[in-house]
Amino acid sequence: MALATVGVTFFILPLLGLLLRAPWRDAARTLTEPETLQALRLSLVASLSATGIALVLGVPMAWIYARVAFPGRAVLRALTTLPMVLPPVVGGIALLLAFGRRGLLGSWLDTTFGITLPFTTAGVVMAETFVAMPFLILTVEAGLRSMDRRYEEAARTLGASRWRVFSRVTLPLIAPSLFAGAVLCWARALGEFGATITFAGNFPGITQTMPLAVYLLLETNPEASFILSLLLLLISLLVLIGLRHRWLGTA
Amino acid sequence: MSLDAAVRLSLGVLDLDMELTIREGEVVALLGPNGAGKTTLLRAIAGLAAFSAGHVRLDAHVLEDVATGEYVPTERRPIGVVFQDYLLFPHLSVLDNVAFGLRSRGTGKRVAGEKAAQWLDRVGLGSYASAKPAELSGGQRQRVALARALAPDPRLLLLDEPLAALDAATRAEVRRDLKHHLASFPGLRLVVTHDPLEAAALADRLVVMENGRLVQTGTAAEVTERPRSQYVADLVGVNLLRGQADHGFVRMPGGPVVAAAGAESGEVFAVIHPRAIAVHRQRPEGSPRNVWSGRATGIDLIGDRVRVRIDGEVRVVAEVTTASLKELDLGEGGQVWLSFKATDVGVYPA
Repeated sequence: MALATVGVTFFILPLLGLLLRAPWRDAARTLTEPETLQALRLSLVASLSATGIALVLGVPMAWIYARVAFPGRAVLRALTTLPMVLPPVVGGIALLLAFGRRGLLGSWLDTTFGITLPFTTAGVVMAETFVAMPFLILTVEAGLRSMDRRYEEAARTLGASRWRVFSRVTLPLIAPSLFAGAVLCWARALGEFGATITFAGNFPGITQTMPLAVYLLLETNPEASFILSLLLLLISLLVLIGLRHRWLGTA
Repeated sequence: MSLDAAVRLSLGVLDLDMELTIREGEVVALLGPNGAGKTTLLRAIAGLAAFSAGHVRLDAHVLEDVATGEYVPTERRPIGVVFQDYLLFPHLSVLDNVAFGLRSRGTGKRVAGEKAAQWLDRVGLGSYASAKPAELSGGQRQRVALARALAPDPRLLLLDEPLAALDAATRAEVRRDLKHHLASFPGLRLVVTHDPLEAAALADRLVVMENGRLVQTGTAAEVTERPRSQYVADLVGVNLLRGQADHGFVRMPGGPVVAAAGAESGEVFAVIHPRAIAVHRQRPEGSPRNVWSGRATGIDLIGDRVRVRIDGEVRVVAEVTTASLKELDLGEGGQVWLSFKATDVGVYPA
């Protein structure tokens, strides 16, 4: 009981600190400052792009992990969901070594097409996707594994092609997992810091997302950084509430 | 010969080796206890279960043949399936469920919707088109499942325990409806069931299987008259013995001999209806050729009649009226004599 109280306090106190110490009077002004809006817009664009990419690439991956047995599946799944537990900064460095100007693929992209990915907005999206997509993959895979596959069989007896079974039966049936996975993925992308700053740097308007701006403002304008932190906290809270209703199924 | 299936497969403890044919215009019931492999056979016919040897042919088409490697995938087989718990798509309206098969096979949205609505009318659910399956009762769901399976106009309709998910109160009514709809469907029909009443009510011919094997086939009357396994005998409620016929007698393994009027020679079944067996407390006098003693090991009341299980030289069930049970003053464990006439023993080759 006592230990639980300590534990609860440990979580509640920092939240209280943020709420009580935030300069509420300056909130409106801070939030409408061009730098803030710029960071906010970039954060939204990048995190939503990352979620979109994660959906397009991650759902097929989840489907294959859940439905196709092949040698090395466990290893492959572990490797592709590693970023969940990998220190993000290590992820950023790994991305640099692969897609950086002198990276495995990056040097070829650079010399052949003149495409550079690090330190661009595209780089931000890549870093966020790299770190956040595993959440979507695992959530959707769990949804696919727990769904009643006999609905798919029923659809096949009704003449549905594989694609029609997938799009009209499988996807709607795993919609809650799909939604939960996308929201988790988006929230992780929105908060992404380590991989982004390592791979994409910290250029206002190009790669400086909200978490990066918060960290930078802590040095120059701590009050503003409190306000932005509060905004991110609010978004996280909304995500959690949304998931409680639609995913966890509790009122 | 319209459906011709021969399927051999092993799946866990099930070792299935069955042949099944359905002739033009026939409703066949596949009857057997749980775990007999009925559903697995149905799934194999629909292309949902792979098998190690055999074939499935429908009219002139080979749907699957292990020997030649031919395989038509489930979605291209002209087979409709009503699943045991119906498996209506929970996210689609009743109308979209019924239209699903038509849409899958390329019918336009408008035409498919109209046809689906007609099917819903036919099963008496026209006003439920926009409802979700979860809003329907069990019997209504069953009818939607039937309409959904029939809408794409299949050649063969497979029904897996179509009434098992219903409670007893609605079952009789839904069964009557189902019989009517099955009668108006012109294709081949196969009903899987473990309920002999259902099988007899719905089908022209019963195919009985146990442990993955065919036990016997015939009309309900034929199967009832001449059961060929203990399972069928229990379903029908008759005593089944097996032995060697010897000119007026059937000799069973281990010694017991039954006097049976029709016994000639060879391996035979002998069937005795429980009502033909008389129960006495004293050794009976008079004409009956078969007289045994035994102990009453079970007494079950069924309506106004009582079934008495008697363990003696042979284990049999006798049926008496409640009045005569009272007269006999018989309780479980009581010593009894039983008798039956040689002319009440039905004998047929095993």
